[in-house]
Amino acid sequence: MRAALTTEFRKLVTTRLWWGLLLCMAVYMAFLGAGMAFFFTVDGADAAFTGMNGEPTGATLDATAIAMTVYTLAPALGYVFPVVVGALAVTGEFRHMTVTPTFLAEPRRSVVLGAKLLASLPLGLVFGLVGTLFTVLPGAAVLALRDQATALGDLETWRTIGLSVLVLAVWAMVGVGFGTVLTHQVAAIVTLLAFTQFVEPIARMLLGSSEVTAGLSKWLPGAAGESVTGASLYSSTGVAELLPWWQGLLVLVGYGLVMAAVGRVTTLRRDIT
Amino acid sequence: MSPRSLHDPSPDGTVVVDHLSKSFGVVRAVDDLSFTVRPGRVTGFLGPNGAGKTTTLRMLLGLVRPSGGSATIGGRHYHELDHPARVVGAALEAASFHPGRTARDHLRVYAPQVGVPDTRCDEVLALVGLADVAGRRVGGFSLGMRQRLGLAATLLGDPRVLVLDEPANGLDPEGIAWLRAFLRHLAGEGRTVLVSSHVLSEVQQTVDDVVIIAHGRLVHASPLADLARLTTRTVRVSSPDVDGLARLVAERWPTLVVPAEGERPGSVTLQDVDAAQVGAAAFAARLEVHELAVREVGLEDVFLRLTGGGTAGPAGPAGDGGHVAAHRSAAPPGPTPPADTGEPGEPGRHAQPGGAA
Repeated sequence: MRAALTTEFRKLVTTRLWWGLLLCMAVYMAFLGAGMAFFFTVDGADAAFTGMNGEPTGATLDATAIAMTVYTLAPALGYVFPVVVGALAVTGEFRHMTVTPTFLAEPRRSVVLGAKLLASLPLGLVFGLVGTLFTVLPGAAVLALRDQATALGDLETWRTIGLSVLVLAVWAMVGVGFGTVLTHQVAAIVTLLAFTQFVEPIARMLLGSSEVTAGLSKWLPGAAGESVTGASLYSSTGVAELLPWWQGLLVLVGYGLVMAAVGRVTTLRRDIT
Repeated sequence: MSPRSLHDPSPDGTVVVDHLSKSFGVVRAVDDLSFTVRPGRVTGFLGPNGAGKTTTLRMLLGLVRPSGGSATIGGRHYHELDHPARVVGAALEAASFHPGRTARDHLRVYAPQVGVPDTRCDEVLALVGLADVAGRRVGGFSLGMRQRLGLAATLLGDPRVLVLDEPANGLDPEGIAWLRAFLRHLAGEGRTVLVSSHVLSEVQQTVDDVVIIAHGRLVHASPLADLARLTTRTVRVSSPDVDGLARLVAERWPTLVVPAEGERPGSVTLQDVDAAQVGAAAFAARLEVHELAVREVGLEDVFLRLTGGGTAGPAGPAGDGGHVAAHRSAAPPGPTPPADTGEPGEPGRHAQPGGAA
C-alpha cells in the first residue's frame, strides 16, 4: 500500500496541471476574499441581505460574522478546485490510457483506488492551505483598510481557518470518488462545474423555500462542506441552516467514500480495453 | 494491505493460454484459443488487425476478464503474481503516457509499485537509448520514442516474461533492426518474449516460434522453421487428357500431388518439382498440356493464406484470389502442429532462424 501511495502521489505532482489549478484557485480566492470584504463593508450592504426569500432574513451581519463569512469563502465557493484535481486523478488515467500500466503495476484495483483516495489528501491540504491563505489575507487586509474588525486575534477565527484547510483537503478525496464514478474527463469536469456552481446553489434555494424540504438542503455536499467551518455565505445570509461541523465532515467524507465504492463496483470492474 | 508472500516459488516464464474465449456482446473476439509460449525464445503472436491479439494479451495480463478459459504465466494468473511487474513486463500500446510527464517521471511513477529504486529508471532509459531525453515531456516524443519508452517501462522490474503489443509500429528501419537485436538478446538471457504483430515480415527475422490467429481462433502454432517449410514452389499442370494425366502423375510423382480445393479434372498441382521436369515428362508421354504454371508460395503468402482462410471449411479460396489455395497448407487447421510440439531445449528447433522468404 505504501508503494501504491507513493505511485499515486507521484502521479499527482508530476504533471503541471495541479499547480496550474492551484494558481487559479489562489487568484480566484484572493479576488473573492478582497471583493467580498469590500462588498460587505460598504454602506447599505445589509439591505442586500433582506428579502432574499421574499421575507426579511434579519441577517444583519456584525463585524465578526462578516470576517468569518469572508474567511470561509474557500470552502463555500473555491472547493471546486480540489474537487477537480481529485477527479482528474482518476479521469486522466482513462483519458491518457495510463490506466493500463497502472493496473499492470497493481492489478488489485481496490488498492489502486484506496491509494488514490489517500494520496489526494496531502495535495488537497496544499490546496486547502493556499486557498484559505489567499482568501484570509486579502480579506483581512481589506477589512483592516476599512477599519473593520479582522477577528484575527480570536482563537475561534483560527479554528475556523484550520477547518477550512481540512475540509478543502477532504474535497480532493470527494473528487477522486466522483472521478471513479464518471471516468470521462470532459463529462466529469462539466458535471462538477455545473453541479457545484449552479445545481446545488439553486437546489439549496428551492429546498429552503419550503418548510417541508428545508431540512434536506443541509445534506447536500456543498452544504455539508460549508458546515465544517461553521460560518458560510449561505447560512449567514439566512438561506439555510447547516449541520454541526463534525457531522458535515462525516457527510462529506461519506459522499467521497460512497461514490468511490460505487465506482469500484461499476467502472473499475470493467474490462480495460 | 495484505503483505505479499515473500516466498514466491519462482514461476517459470512459460505462458499458457488454455481454451481462452472472450465475447464482446455478440462478437466473439477470442474463440477457444490455446497455445503455449516458451522461455528463451521469441514468439511472434501474429494475425490481421482485429484478429483478437490485443484482447488475448489483455486477458493474459488481467485487464480483460475472459468469458471462458484461462491464461497463465508460470501456472499463475497475472493477478496472483507477487509483484507482477517483476515477473511480466508488458507494453500494450504506444499511447499509454500522460503527455505532460517527462520520460523519467513516467517511469518514476511506476517504480515504487514495480518494486525498484528510482535509479533503475535511468538505467532502463539508457538501455533503450532514451537517456538523453529523460527530462523531456512525452508529449513531444515521436511514435518510435514512445515505443522505446514503453519498452523501457517493461524492463523496470527486470522481468522474465516480456509481452509487447506491436512494438515495431512507428519504428524506422534502424529502430526495427535495433529492436530485433534487443529482443534476441533478451530471449538469449532465457526470458520469454511474446511479440504481437499484424505483419509477419516485420518479425520473421526475430521470432523463433509463431502463433497465428484469425477471427479469434488459432490457425497455426509452430516453430518458424516449420512455417517456413510450408513455403514451397508448386507446379500446376492441366491436360484435356484426364486419364493420361492421371496415369503420368501416378507413375512419376505419386507422392508430390498437392490436394487442392475446387480443382477441375484434368488439373493437378505438384510440389517440389520443376516445371521443366513436368514438361519433359509430359512430352515423353505424348501428353497434350494446356497449362504448366509455377506458383511461388512465400512465407507471407502462407501467412495470408492461413489468416485469410482462418475459418476453414469449403468456403473457398482466400482473399488473395486463391492462387495459393492449392497448397497443402490450405486446409487449416489440420496440418498445423500444435505449439507444444517444440520441446524447450530441443536444439534442432533453433536451426533456422529467419524465414526463407
